Amino acid sequence: MPTLDQTLDEVLTLAAAQFKVPRENLSPDDDFFQKLAIDSLQALDLLTRLENHFHVELADYEMQGVSDFRTLASRIQARL
Amino acid sequence: MREFKGQTLSWGWKDAVIELILHRAPGNEIGSVTLEELEKFAAVLDDLSRESHALIMHSSVPAGFCAGADLRELFERSQQMKREEAIRSVRDFLERIHAVFNKIDASPLTTIAAVHGVTFGGGFELALICDLIVADKMTRFCFPELRLGLIPGFGGIPRLKRDLGNAVVRDLLLTGRSFNATKAQQIGLVSQLVAEGEALRAARATAVQMGKFDRRTSAAAKQFVKPIPHEELCREIDIFCDLFAQPAVEAGLRKFVESTDALPYLP
Repeated sequence: MPTLDQTLDEVLTLAAAQFKVPRENLSPDDDFFQKLAIDSLQALDLLTRLENHFHVELADYEMQGVSDFRTLASRIQARL
Repeated sequence: MREFKGQTLSWGWKDAVIELILHRAPGNEIGSVTLEELEKFAAVLDDLSRESHALIMHSSVPAGFCAGADLRELFERSQQMKREEAIRSVRDFLERIHAVFNKIDASPLTTIAAVHGVTFGGGFELALICDLIVADKMTRFCFPELRLGLIPGFGGIPRLKRDLGNAVVRDLLLTGRSFNATKAQQIGLVSQLVAEGEALRAARATAVQMGKFDRRTSAAAKQFVKPIPHEELCREIDIFCDLFAQPAVEAGLRKFVESTDALPYLP
């Protein structure tokens, strides 16, 4: 099983690729809504892409209030 | 009328396949104009069916297949009416959309929804009237209605029960959660799961295959395996209208319409 740091790194890489942001511009504690300039529909897209990548199911209500990459990665890690 | 170009949707006919394309940005929200144009489609469906074997529904809007009912229109219209008048107006809308959905559901054609992205609420219910759902892997399905104090009103519960059973209905309805196409295929909702952007191509290939079969045989098979749950559909309208009369719904709609939250679909 990957470590939390490895999961976090994959989340950052995936988000950077999806929203065409340089990977080095993203940090674990960034607010991804602000940093990626995404709306709710794009956030759902990111959620789906993460589920497909990690082969996990993420309940969207568990994502409520989650806005930084580190917490997002920890939610994924809990389902691996 | 083999071709139509409306404000919210279009249709065309080629090689005995009808394609109904939703194209109302941002999310193909179903409001009064979409309903009127769907009614136009339903009115010509019998004629089109005589020279067709399949119908494909899809969306040209990047956000997804359909985000559901136009909640802004519903809220703003309701605000301009007295409560009893607003409830009558909602019932009229539901009865009209049920008539269209039932007509397409019972069509002798084999029907395919080619979906991607957001397929929520009324959009999910639109996909459920089709015989097959072909989904790209970025599709998300959800019944968010309970978040507004409502139940799905376009026939979603009876059709999902018909196709998948009550356990799936309870999960989707009572949690209001969304799930992706991979999960949807695992539970039997999606018949073909395809790569991002490939749903329409796969649906067209499927329609070509269907063209090899005798249409009367396909129609008879469909009638046998896809009964229309009329009684439950009528009950759904009654429950929806009862709930719509509750003050919580107005508050829920207002919250949704006025929300600046990043995730307005969440409670």
